[in-house]
Amino acid sequence: MKRAFKLEGLNCANCAEKMEREIKALEGVNFASVNFMTTKMVIDGDDSRFDEIVKAAQKIVIRYEPDVVVKKA
Amino acid sequence: MRITPHQKRIAEIAIGLGLFLFALLLEAENAARLLLFLAAYAVAGGDVILRAARNISRRQIFDENFLMSVATIGAFCIGQYSEAVAVMLFYKIGMLFQGRAVEKSRRSIVELMNIRPDYANVKRGDLIDRVDPDEVNIGNVIVIKPGEKVPLDCVVMEGSSTLDTSPLTGESMPKAVREGDELLSGSVNLNGLLVARVIKNASESTASKILDLVENASAKKSKHENFITKFARFYTPAVVGGAAFIAVVPPLMLGGSAFGDWIYRALVFLVISCPCALVISIPLSFFGGLGAAARKGILVKGSNYLEALADAEVAVFDKTGTLTKGTFKVQEVVSKDIHNNEEILKFAACAESFSNHPISLSIRRAYGKEIDAALISKVKEIPGQGVIATIDGHLVAAGNAKMMQMLDIPVEDPVDAATVVHVAIDGEYKGYIVIGDVIKEDAAKAVSELKTQKVRRVVMLTGDAKSVAESVAMSLGIDEAYGGLLPADKVQKVEDLMAGKSPKRKLIFVGDGINDAPVLARADVGIAMGGLGSDAAIEAADVVIMTDEPSKVPVAIKIAKRTLGIARQNIAIALGVKGAVLALGALGIATMWAAVFADVGVTLIAVLNAIRVLGSDL
Repeated sequence: MKRAFKLEGLNCANCAEKMEREIKALEGVNFASVNFMTTKMVIDGDDSRFDEIVKAAQKIVIRYEPDVVVKKA
Repeated sequence: MRITPHQKRIAEIAIGLGLFLFALLLEAENAARLLLFLAAYAVAGGDVILRAARNISRRQIFDENFLMSVATIGAFCIGQYSEAVAVMLFYKIGMLFQGRAVEKSRRSIVELMNIRPDYANVKRGDLIDRVDPDEVNIGNVIVIKPGEKVPLDCVVMEGSSTLDTSPLTGESMPKAVREGDELLSGSVNLNGLLVARVIKNASESTASKILDLVENASAKKSKHENFITKFARFYTPAVVGGAAFIAVVPPLMLGGSAFGDWIYRALVFLVISCPCALVISIPLSFFGGLGAAARKGILVKGSNYLEALADAEVAVFDKTGTLTKGTFKVQEVVSKDIHNNEEILKFAACAESFSNHPISLSIRRAYGKEIDAALISKVKEIPGQGVIATIDGHLVAAGNAKMMQMLDIPVEDPVDAATVVHVAIDGEYKGYIVIGDVIKEDAAKAVSELKTQKVRRVVMLTGDAKSVAESVAMSLGIDEAYGGLLPADKVQKVEDLMAGKSPKRKLIFVGDGINDAPVLARADVGIAMGGLGSDAAIEAADVVIMTDEPSKVPVAIKIAKRTLGIARQNIAIALGVKGAVLALGALGIATMWAAVFADVGVTLIAVLNAIRVLGSDL
């Protein structure tokens, strides 16, 4: 499954890089990108554990930038 | 009244600045002055400290907030009160401007790609509902008013209008549409009211596909971006390590007299330790380049391809459909003896009237008059040669030189360089018709502009005869042409050319994207033409040119070069200034003020420079 999210208030390009790297390393993730320019996060992961992956990704985002609001794109 | 985060930040800076200036006016070194400095610091930098504290609990110590906090608190500890406050204020002001610049550039790129339709007018009976394009199904009937965007790909049922397709193609000439014509989402209806049937849902429609492509393109990173990412990972720990070294080692070795001075130098290091300027401005430059190209109707599928385009050394073009229109046209009729041109054309057109071969069609088009089928009998088509038929009692043969040889008719004027149909009537040679593929208007311009973009070899490949290839190449100024190639030969030829180029530079191949997928894949950059509405071409290529114009190829290279140039400038500015301030800081010459400039000031300059990629003078 592939889904896009909007990261409102993404302000730090370096953090976006770090988020992307960590989300890519999550188990069950085939592809992930955190685009600082479009403030979009795209996750492509296994269907069976997709909800789990999204939750973990959200946690990572918040850890780097606590003020970011993750929304469905 | 609600206060936006932006207004809050401005207020913090203003109050902090006021307190700071007031404290500076107090001459005496007393507790009141220190209190004022502390108050100014707390107002301006409170949120930075707070964030730093939160980040420590999350073990993010190489974070910008944390480093800035350590640097300023350190300055307080060694008695540099005014410096500590000033650095924090300056940092906040810089961040404010930087945030605005990034926001502005984000918006200008989004505006550039403003093709996403906001709504669709769905017709249900007599009612018209305004709904989200996502909610419209295939087969629904929609109404598009003048000034509105076409929301989904559809076919006109009623009405006629002109469309502005420039958001998709960069082509400013409006396009006339009427009943039965296909409309692509993202174009704008200029005058008439159109009623249309939806043929693709929102996510499959052209506008979404183009947007997806451009947005995902930045995920395919260029070498420059990968370098910056890697560099950023080591830069911060290295600079922080350097700071620790400067704070501890020199004072121990040189004796403790100037301990505070060495700590100050270390703090200068900490202020510059964020790689932000690079991390923001390089991807921003590439993203801007992708957007600028898309605006011209050139879709680049990744920053890496933009990078490769800028290094193009060999450009290989397919002929038919790329440099030529792929439609045949009679160029010349030459007659012998008494027969005039009109008569030769008439006999040939009659003889060819039962064939649907493109060459036959072109002869009939050139003749342009009604053909009386009753006059024609005993038509015999000889594959690969031509046609023999009896017309009005005359035996007419129309075909190539091979056919004339078979009929034992001497060909008087064998012409090279194009397709020739010889005509013989009652066994006697009468003349010939020259047929050529029509060269696109901008093909010669494409070739000459490629040369100015430092493309060293421009090569043309074709399945047509060698003589045809050479004449087209000659008229366009192409360096080398190879004719008579089968699809597999084209792959081989491209591989040979790849082997012959300079190792660091790139080969681009330009084709129509339909029959040349293997060649597109083999080249460093595969470019497909006429992508608008052709999914196959969009799939197969690395770069898709939405229109049929080969002259977009040099435009793409120009945009790529400008993007790379700006990205390189930003790398040089950021690394140069940071390096210089680090060196001066270690020697005790640079102050913390210079360090803040090297941090946020440089980022601001780099972001503003990156926005230049969007310039419209190309």
